[in-house]
Amino acid sequence: MAEMPSIDQKKCNKCGLCISVCSCGAIAMVNGVVTIIETEDCHWCTTCEAVCPTGALTCSFEIVVEETPKAGS
Amino acid sequence: MAIDTAILKSTAYFSVLNDKELDIVGQVFSEKTFQRGEIILWEGETSDTFFLVAAGAVKVFKTSAQGKEQILSIARPGDVLNDIPIFDGKANPVGAQALGPVILYGIKRDKFQLILRQSPGLTLNAIKVLAERTRHLFTLVEDLSFRHVMGRVVKILLTHAGDGVAPVQRLTQQEMAAMAGTAREVVARSLKALEEQGYIRLENHRIVISDKESLQKILTESI
Ligand code: SF4
Ligand code: SF4
Repeated sequence: MAEMPSIDQKKCNKCGLCISVCSCGAIAMVNGVVTIIETEDCHWCTTCEAVCPTGALTCSFEIVVEETPKAGS
Repeated sequence: MAIDTAILKSTAYFSVLNDKELDIVGQVFSEKTFQRGEIILWEGETSDTFFLVAAGAVKVFKTSAQGKEQILSIARPGDVLNDIPIFDGKANPVGAQALGPVILYGIKRDKFQLILRQSPGLTLNAIKVLAERTRHLFTLVEDLSFRHVMGRVVKILLTHAGDGVAPVQRLTQQEMAAMAGTAREVVARSLKALEEQGYIRLENHRIVISDKESLQKILTESI
């Protein structure tokens, strides 16, 4: 399952800006609801979050520390 | 295409006009469309048309001598793109690019200035709009040029980092900006700078800290 941005429908005003900027077609209006469509093509550019005027759309990051292999191991 | 005066009314510049005035001003505007990725304004070139966004989203940015792009803001419906060069007659201080299909309303510079001369209310309002923008840019300049913001972003990364196994609280760039007391654009730039230094990697929905020691050093140095 691909990780996808999420939309808080309570905050969404259906302005459609996120749909207009996403180049991979991951966001669409389905039966009057702005919906995220799962796709491997989403490269987390976060443009949809940047243009959303209400803060409804979020691309959240998980922050992880990479284990650096110890010398000699 | 007829201009939608409701959009004019929603802009900071024309919000002070009544319906009759809006109808008159609306007749002087014309519509222009752009596709995703198209450059609307080139930094350094001159503009003879004052543009406001009627539909879509526009990236407003500056490019450094090294070719690095810094996004200054996202213009949405109701926002104006190039008032500064229209007022001072000099080159565009920023570039603008369509992030998707965009519709702009444009008015020629001389016509816009004629309207302003005839309406003191509109002129005073224009000064207010420019003053507000100057205030926003002052804050942005301060945050972009001082190291403490980078330190705050690094601190957020280090305190919210997990081991990749146990679930951790996920953060958006908007949330990091709120925590660091800065704009989302500044966080985006800080992350990009850290990635260029090789301290972190942005992998889709993951920020991987690849050099924790260097991040800790930045943190100590920024205090
Ligand atoms: S992060 Fe980018 S690619 Fe993914 S849904 Fe948003 S705009 Fe589309
Ligand atoms: S940009 Fe935000 S408010 Fe507008 S349709 Fe998309 S999620 Fe909804």
